[in-house]
Amino acid sequence: MVNGVKATVQEFEHDLSRWLVRAKGITKSFGEGHTKIPVLKGVDLDVARGEVLLLVGPSGSGKTTLLSVIAGILEADEGELMILGENIKAFSQSAKTLFRRDHLGFVFQQYHLLPTLTASENAAVPLLIRGMPKRDAMAHAEEVLRSVGMGERLASLPNRLSGGEQQRVAIARALAGDPQLLLCDEPTASLDAETGHRVVEQLRAIGKRPDRAVIIVTHDSRIFEFGDRIVHMDDGLVHQIQDGSEQVSG
Amino acid sequence: MSFVALKMLFGDRAKYLMLLAGLTFSTMLIVQQGSIFWGLMTWSMSGISNVNAPVWVTDPNINQVEEIKPLADTAVTRVRSVPGVEWAVPLYKGVQRARLRDGNFEQIALVGIDPSTLIGRPYTVLDGRIEELRAPETVAVDELTVERLGGPNKIHVGSTFEINDHRVRIVAIVQAQKSFQNIPFVYTTYERALRITPQERRKLSYVLVGPQPGISAEALAGRIQKETGLGAYSGDQFGWKTMQWVLKNTGIGVNFGTTVFLGFIVGMAIAGQTFYLFTVENLQQFGALKAIGASTGMLARMILLQSFTVGLIGYGIGIGLATLFGLTAGRGGVLPFKETWPLLLGVFVALMMICSLSSVISIRKLAKLEPAVVFRG
Ligand SMILES: Nc1ncnc2c1ncn2[C@@H]1O[C@H](COP(=O)(O)OP(=O)(O)O)[C@@H](O)[C@H]1O
Ligand SMILES: [Mg+2]
Repeated sequence: MVNGVKATVQEFEHDLSRWLVRAKGITKSFGEGHTKIPVLKGVDLDVARGEVLLLVGPSGSGKTTLLSVIAGILEADEGELMILGENIKAFSQSAKTLFRRDHLGFVFQQYHLLPTLTASENAAVPLLIRGMPKRDAMAHAEEVLRSVGMGERLASLPNRLSGGEQQRVAIARALAGDPQLLLCDEPTASLDAETGHRVVEQLRAIGKRPDRAVIIVTHDSRIFEFGDRIVHMDDGLVHQIQDGSEQVSG
Repeated sequence: MSFVALKMLFGDRAKYLMLLAGLTFSTMLIVQQGSIFWGLMTWSMSGISNVNAPVWVTDPNINQVEEIKPLADTAVTRVRSVPGVEWAVPLYKGVQRARLRDGNFEQIALVGIDPSTLIGRPYTVLDGRIEELRAPETVAVDELTVERLGGPNKIHVGSTFEINDHRVRIVAIVQAQKSFQNIPFVYTTYERALRITPQERRKLSYVLVGPQPGISAEALAGRIQKETGLGAYSGDQFGWKTMQWVLKNTGIGVNFGTTVFLGFIVGMAIAGQTFYLFTVENLQQFGALKAIGASTGMLARMILLQSFTVGLIGYGIGIGLATLFGLTAGRGGVLPFKETWPLLLGVFVALMMICSLSSVISIRKLAKLEPAVVFRG
């Protein structure tokens, strides 16, 4: 009896130390009544510490919705969700916001750069939100921008940048805060093959550090090789999980 | 994050200028309308403000300063006997006809003041010496008289003209607050005024009174009223009484009051609305900040900073434009325009309240904002 309980606790602690994200039976619908559309239909997804996980699937299969739920930006209807060992479903809205500020980084599909801020100012935003003095935040942001090959465009406004350049600013912004969990929605969609590779390698470098993880939603089969695992979603469910090594080239 | 807030505000030129234009326009509208309104009120009270007297004694039944019901000559001595009265002097005021050299007539308001104290004299003497009124057959005239009677070449210190066939000599040019009727003011001594004007049973328009030290004008006015049965008011009381009468009886109250009120409502609605729209248009940006981890409190501070910044700038420019309007359109006193600090303060307070209110509405919207907007297309 006693041994049994002990074993379960140990297993759980072992799980917590191994998994950075644990999602079980996540469901999410939009709308009410007749117009209710189930988008996530019971998703199980674990992400290990030090893992780069690719989330792939047809458009509309619920990838972005799942990412929003993991980020604490959307509330799941049912299911359990542990992130960095915290049951964030139980958090208040403001606690979730603070959790995002301190632990998460985002690359949005639509970039969502502030149009009136320069590239460096945009990249500095997560640090400024944490209260870092402007001078330090800017210096650090510029360093990160250089590392994604944007050293020449530090003072440019987003509307002066190409789609690929904006995407790199968005990535720099996500990296600047050195988040433990990096959530990227189609981060290479606007990048040419070479830049795409470089950027994903950078994201991978973040994810591979202990205590970190990266989830990348992508269509881009060119970057499949960078994933430790590839999770295929279809119609609101996880359909198939592949190890990075097993993937079929395509 | 305050610099991010300010860059959001100033960086989008088009939106910022729209917002600024809304706030500037409303400030200007209210200050301009309010100043004209107050200008009209000062015109209506010019009969009082031109005469620097602490207490006015009148017929008990008058409504306002221009309604002159002459008192018996004995009123001056009766008032002097009221305890607390330091001095009491007579004042004549009446509309008379001045004749120009070319034979044309012009209406003037003749003011007769006490020759020994010169109480009731205008504050500002532009040319000549008002003390020379004590010399025979002399008058002091205001700038409007100069203009109406033929300009500074004909009408100056030393020149003469006729009032009711009495030749008078000008010893001083003075400044007087314009009146509603827009009639020129001519000052002379009380006795001379009685001589120049046609025979009437009573000619004493007002008794002007000064209180002894330690007694307020209001208290003395009350005492005079009680002891003599005459009307008695402090300068301020008389001014308010006149203003109330004008508001009630001339249509200025209703017409202008409506304009000022509507200007206020419209101006404030524009100001509030434009700022609210500004936030709504930036909702995506605020959503992104929220997703990245900016708390509602932080966003609220950003919005307040933006709103008060643009509010202050709009207030400044609006006042500047209204003042410019007053200086140009109101030049020469053609248009009544009096910008007073209570008006400016009132507009400031109202504008800050509007800024706060629209900020609060925007903040409530942000508090409810689902940051999930950033993940959708
Ligand atoms: N806020 C929402 N309201 C209603 N439907 C939504 C909302 N967000 C997403 N959906 C729907 O959910 C489905 C899955 O969307 P999404 O998660 O964006 O898919 P993916 O990222 O895989 O393309 C789509 O059919 C989409 O129209
Ligand atoms: Mg998507």
